[in-house]
Amino acid sequence: MRQGKYSQKFENSVYITSAASVAGKKEGEGPLGTLFDYVEEDSQFGQDNWEAAESQMQKQAAEMAIQKAGISKGQVQYLLGGDLLGQNIATSFGVMDLDLPVFGLYGACSTMGESLVLGSMLMDGGVGDYILCVTSSHFATAEKQFRYPLEYGNQRPQSATWTVTGSGAVLLGNQNGSVKVTGVTPGKIVDFGVRDSMNMGAAMAPANGIIGPFCLQRI
Amino acid sequence: MKATEQEEKEYEQYIKQVTPTHNTFWNACKAFVTGGFICLIGEFSNQMFMKNGVSKEEAAAWTLVILIAAAVLLTGLNLFCKIAKFAGAGVLVPITGFANSVVAPAIEYKKEGQVFGIGVKIFTISGPVILYGIVVSWFLGIIYYILQLTGLISGGIS
Repeated sequence: MRQGKYSQKFENSVYITSAASVAGKKEGEGPLGTLFDYVEEDSQFGQDNWEAAESQMQKQAAEMAIQKAGISKGQVQYLLGGDLLGQNIATSFGVMDLDLPVFGLYGACSTMGESLVLGSMLMDGGVGDYILCVTSSHFATAEKQFRYPLEYGNQRPQSATWTVTGSGAVLLGNQNGSVKVTGVTPGKIVDFGVRDSMNMGAAMAPANGIIGPFCLQRI
Repeated sequence: MKATEQEEKEYEQYIKQVTPTHNTFWNACKAFVTGGFICLIGEFSNQMFMKNGVSKEEAAAWTLVILIAAAVLLTGLNLFCKIAKFAGAGVLVPITGFANSVVAPAIEYKKEGQVFGIGVKIFTISGPVILYGIVVSWFLGIIYYILQLTGLISGGIS
């Protein structure tokens, strides 16, 4: 049900049933290191190219979320997923084996949030019992696609961001979970005229001030 | 939503305040030392070749080959990035930087095939340098030619 101008308040139950995260070595060494479900030391995830590595990571996160919820993948109604690459290639190949209907999303850094917003709205609409939301990014695939080849020698400005090697999967359900999604407020595109592609933090920060927080309720 | 000009200005000032930057002076010092060291290696190799009876032109060519080969090898061994992170322009401005900018995409895109991977992408970084290098030399050639025709510089055309 619409609330205010752009927000939605849900009438039906939408829960975060389970969530899983897979991250790379560098992320594992960071302050959040111990919170990841799985940290992979091999940045190629046992694959022979970076894109396949990202796919593998996404597949692991998705399967782990399903496993944690104790359901079978057949019970998942739809999968909403995306990544940073052209043609959402990491997602396409990553979740292919799950054999689920997929909605591909491309929201750059907001893909995870976007999938949760859309997934929750679908759930509220009663499309099924479970919806899986998955997102990934990989440092090497992002560098290759948006910046320079990895072996190219250059000095990163100190404001340069480092794309995370990691994947997150959240399973939304209509029956139980530790967090209830009571509503959503999607964000708008904000442009404060930052032209420095090596300072993505500055370009993206204003959006955080405008996008309202998710309406989550701990139960 | 596009911010107003006023908002953009204020935000830009704020960003300038909070964004950390490298220390330019310290960076220049590091570049000076490493760049100088590379020149020293070049000069040493030049002298060695000439001492062993190689002509001046040939010695210079051999020195270039050695510097390029070293940069290529270091790139392949994943050491060039680490050196460049420290040295900056010190290794990027000499021919070592150019060599690295050609090899790096070749390594990265090898997975996509010899033609559509390496072939298409190898000059993605160095391409502009080659293109504008040729264009500029072409323009300078025309100016040189005109100056000679008008007799402002002597020699050349017969």
